Amino acid sequence: MADARVRPLIELAKWRTREFLRQPEAMFWVFAFPILLAFALGIAFQNRGAQTVHVVVEQGLNADALVETLIAAGGIEASVLAADEAQNALRTGRVPLVVVPGETLVFRYDSTREESLLARLVTNDALQRAEGRSDVRAVRNLGTSEPGARYIDFLIPGLLGLNIMGTGMWGVGFSIVRTRTQKLLKRFVATPMRKSHFLLGYMLSRLVFLVAEVAALVAFGHFVFGVPVRGSILALSVVSLLGALAFAGIGVLVASRAQTIEGVSGMMNLVMVPMWVLSGVFFSAAAFPDAMQPVIQALPLTALNDALRAVLLDGASLFALTGWLAILALWCVGSFGVALKIFRWS
Amino acid sequence: MSTPAVNCKGLVKRYGDVVAVDGLDLEIRVGECFGLLGPNGAGKTTTVEILQGLLPPDAGSVEVLGMRWENQERSLRERMGTQLQDTQLPDKLSVVEVLTLFRSFYRAGRPVEDVIDMVQLREKRDVWVKNLSGGQRQRLSVACSLVSDPEILFLDEPTTGLDPQSRHQLWRIIGDFRAGGGTILLTTHHMEEAERLCDRVAVIDHGKVIAQGSPRALIESLGAEHVVQFALANGDSIDHATLGSLPGVERVSAVDGRTQLTVMHVHEAVPALMTLLQQRRAELSELTTHHATLEDVFISLTGRHLRDG
Repeated sequence: MADARVRPLIELAKWRTREFLRQPEAMFWVFAFPILLAFALGIAFQNRGAQTVHVVVEQGLNADALVETLIAAGGIEASVLAADEAQNALRTGRVPLVVVPGETLVFRYDSTREESLLARLVTNDALQRAEGRSDVRAVRNLGTSEPGARYIDFLIPGLLGLNIMGTGMWGVGFSIVRTRTQKLLKRFVATPMRKSHFLLGYMLSRLVFLVAEVAALVAFGHFVFGVPVRGSILALSVVSLLGALAFAGIGVLVASRAQTIEGVSGMMNLVMVPMWVLSGVFFSAAAFPDAMQPVIQALPLTALNDALRAVLLDGASLFALTGWLAILALWCVGSFGVALKIFRWS
Repeated sequence: MSTPAVNCKGLVKRYGDVVAVDGLDLEIRVGECFGLLGPNGAGKTTTVEILQGLLPPDAGSVEVLGMRWENQERSLRERMGTQLQDTQLPDKLSVVEVLTLFRSFYRAGRPVEDVIDMVQLREKRDVWVKNLSGGQRQRLSVACSLVSDPEILFLDEPTTGLDPQSRHQLWRIIGDFRAGGGTILLTTHHMEEAERLCDRVAVIDHGKVIAQGSPRALIESLGAEHVVQFALANGDSIDHATLGSLPGVERVSAVDGRTQLTVMHVHEAVPALMTLLQQRRAELSELTTHHATLEDVFISLTGRHLRDG
């Protein structure tokens, strides 16, 4: 009877699901935390309309006239400060640039600060134009703040990938080791339970929560910050599923020999922390040197994040995702294969 | 003769340099309750784990219900029940949920609700494991082994750490299983438990069987029914030959600074002992007498108490 054969699997998955649902702190980390993080970062990096540059003019001859000129140019906030105060403001980073009036204007700024360089260019441009300089080449400015190109649009898929990694690794790896330290694993092995059912039960219950956690974060990004969902739900589901399976596999692998909770926690962090940094969660993985790129691109979280961004932001079809999906599938099969070989059942 | 429930020969298990089981033979008959009695570290747990196919032995052969672990593991697991030491059942599952989970692993077995009644957890049916008392948890642990309606039950120190009432409740469950025709192998370092429950016991020390038989026969092998134990003030002692010549004294041994006499009749031995002590002007600091128990068997075999390990 097919029903009787899958019953242990269903019961094991029910066990995992119940343990998770009955643990409020786990629910917090899986559902609330990523949304809070997305909210905080979304607010912090919100686009505040057109950017303005703050400039200070040192007290002196014609200082007030300079301020007026700068303000009239647009996009610049300027004020007059006494010499020592102006110097102080520059030194502590409160203003990026100080203009010292005189026959020859002096720009004081920190040449290693991007903001200062920008302020110098804008200020210089405004003052030269006011004195009659004109452009020799016609340009047209088209500013953009379209959904899909903002930081929050970059961030939400990254957080989604991060969450799938975290819940997969912790949810599977951590609780397998707990089962082992509680001698429950040994007790299960003393029954006719199939070992494959034990591991599959973990996967199955993971999938239940996967649907909920992906839906929650994507919906939050979409309705609160207008993050686009341009690809199909099918493509999003396939990417999330394969990502979750890859990290569940890595979770099983990390847990396969560990005898203590401390041991597995250390291993988890060893595996996950490099990917937080390297895999393009908070900033693009392209920021790292070319020599590192082959390694970075082969990491499961990089593949997952890139695929998620392609689906959500670019509306990529499943076909266009083949490369990333292949990387995730390889991680899944490879880690499971090795884990099953070395798994410690007692 | 019918196939024994458990038959193992020449069992050896080493952990590095430590020999946990050292050439152990056991034969357990179908339908009996068999006890492995010994101090902590004697090799009891290692032995039962080998018998249950949870640890591979370094040498020796194991047959359970006429089957071998190497080629019939699954059918064997279907027919046995087990309770291990220190298993923590899932904290946040209820009694019925835990039993349903364990029941699902077996092709055939008892209905979960029946097992709940058997172990008297009816009122706790929907209570989480973490809210059960120690005794209730232990009953649940045994219940997990009963859902398969097993032919043989392995119980490793089932009552260790339980209060007397919980211990008696478990004894009743074990007794019921035995009365239903089941075979039981249990380990314990609690001699009253062994005397009460077991048809036969094997006394184990340093990984070997040092005595085997029914509790009655083992106690009778002491040659006398009572034990008189005494100690003298100032650490004085009396030579064993003199004590051995007192009326009815079968055996003299020294344990933990006390002297122990195994005697036929207390009313003969004690007055004679008193007279002797008076003659020697020795002052008594302690004197107790009791019916001989398996503990005394162990002491007379090893010179140590069961609990000392």
